[in-house]
Amino acid sequence: MDSPSSTIERLPAPKRPGGWSIPGWGLLQGLAVTGRNMVESYYKKERMTTIQYPEERAPISPNFRNFPFLVFDTDPAADLRCTACSICEKECPPQCIYIVLDRDENGKSLKRPRVFDIDLSVCMNCGICAEVCPFDSIYMDGEYELSTDDRFGGLLFGLDRLAKSAEYHMKLRPEQATEVMARRKAEEEKKAAAAAAKLAKAKADAEAKAKAAAEVKPEEKGEEV
Amino acid sequence: MSLEHLPRLPQRLVEMLLQNFGAPEWLVLIAGFLVAASTVVGVFAGGFALLSLVERKTLARAQNRIGPNRAGWFGILQPVADGIKMLTKEDIVPAKAEKILHLLAPIMIVVPAILALGVIPYGREWIPVPLELGLLFFFAVGAMTEVSIFMAGWASGSKFPMLGAMRAISQMVSYELPLMICALGVVMVSGTLSLPDIVDRQGGFHLGFIPAWNLFTPWGLVAGLLFYVCSIAEANRCPFDLPEGESEIVAGHMTEYSGFKYALFFMGEYLGLFAISGLGITLFLGGWQAPLPGLDFVPTWIWFFAKLCTVIFSFLWIRATFPRVRIDQLMRFAWLCMIPMALLTLPAAAIWHFAGRGLLSWVVTVPLLLIPWVIITVIYNKRLAPTLRTYRFAE
Repeated sequence: MDSPSSTIERLPAPKRPGGWSIPGWGLLQGLAVTGRNMVESYYKKERMTTIQYPEERAPISPNFRNFPFLVFDTDPAADLRCTACSICEKECPPQCIYIVLDRDENGKSLKRPRVFDIDLSVCMNCGICAEVCPFDSIYMDGEYELSTDDRFGGLLFGLDRLAKSAEYHMKLRPEQATEVMARRKAEEEKKAAAAAAKLAKAKADAEAKAKAAAEVKPEEKGEEV
Repeated sequence: MSLEHLPRLPQRLVEMLLQNFGAPEWLVLIAGFLVAASTVVGVFAGGFALLSLVERKTLARAQNRIGPNRAGWFGILQPVADGIKMLTKEDIVPAKAEKILHLLAPIMIVVPAILALGVIPYGREWIPVPLELGLLFFFAVGAMTEVSIFMAGWASGSKFPMLGAMRAISQMVSYELPLMICALGVVMVSGTLSLPDIVDRQGGFHLGFIPAWNLFTPWGLVAGLLFYVCSIAEANRCPFDLPEGESEIVAGHMTEYSGFKYALFFMGEYLGLFAISGLGITLFLGGWQAPLPGLDFVPTWIWFFAKLCTVIFSFLWIRATFPRVRIDQLMRFAWLCMIPMALLTLPAAAIWHFAGRGLLSWVVTVPLLLIPWVIITVIYNKRLAPTLRTYRFAE
């Protein structure tokens, strides 16, 4: 007969030095463990890992990321890094970004957003916007206390709430921000150097031209290049 | 008037007041009893509130947490907050419930606990009801708890409460048997059912410093330990909290209760815990007797409550440590281990009583209890050891 117990193997009784286990020995060991926890939690700091949340906060990791924010260097109105290129708007999978390019009265682009809205109730924290941004402008934030009683307005973040300083970025994610700053600085320097070189070259060209013209003058105005 | 008489002060005051106003004798008597009863109820209701906080704090510390610390200083107002919460909650009665039984069950669970608390001698001068048959009364009243738990399970008209109630009945009946047998040994040796007398018999000291409590005898040690385990099961405490079994059957018989009725169940449970620990202290730990000679200047009721706190703390410690047992393990433990050992304490107690409590009774009773214990140990190691399950169909 195939009784259900035929499939049950006896587990060997836990081995003790004497070969036999005293009934209740394991219970006493368990009591010792909880007892030690109880006593040591009063004087061992490393045992108590509780963080009293509203008063204290756990430090967030540099890898922590949720909703995006926009970076400005000194002044949120004047030098927002964003150029309203709308790449993030197009890449955003749930399409939570809405950008309107700022133009002057002649309709010429001012290369900055007039409206930059992110609907946090739609955003899914994927971070693609931060990845695609070519202007180091949009990054993922470390802010997590965003609960609000206003379901629509309270979660629709405009420029005023999205724009955060480069120092904030530096504090939030030092490694990344340093790297970005260094790259931007290098680029700026390169640009400046290029501009200077161009300027120098233009100047040299002009000088050369002037010289040539001066050299040519005594002679007849012959071969013109 | 000394500190010894402090717990009787309210009763005496009311009696004196009424006598001054010229109230008839029967009225003075009844008022005195009422006040004495409300002293006990007040003390243990306060104890219940305190215990609900202390339990959470202790459990938290055992798990390296802090526990409730928001309401008041160190969370001291947490019981108040809990009470307000419970009182303001909606009282839901299921459509399929038997309305009257559903209402009666939580009341019926508190009443026997309070009645049982009435017969325990808390101090030399503080015995609320000095009954001649106190122990019998305690068990008679304590058995009502089972009825009310089953009442709750039946009246809820739903399946989880019914399951919980059936578990509770099988558990409490199984464990009431060794509980009573253990108490019987004490009755045999003391020759009385009156709880104050049982405490009196445990007065004095062996060799000048070992208190003459029943626990410090061979049969008393075994009976006391068995009584301890049984009282955990009787109070439905972890690791024998199968009737509630919140991870399996929601809350057992309390599933369909809400608001203050639910709180009453907890109150009944905790008061029952106080009562059964009080009885255990009375029977085995010398009741209000001081643990060492020369400590008679301390009021006796302080000793009783010190012992009560120790026992209750051990319950909390056990709750913080052990996982819940399975129902078959629970029943097997009761019938194959507890009851045989409890039955053996009876002849041991008899020998202890008639052989004169000397060397002879030690020589006879210790092997009488030790040999079966060793046999049970062997069985435990051979046959009841946990088994490795192989599942045929789940690979």
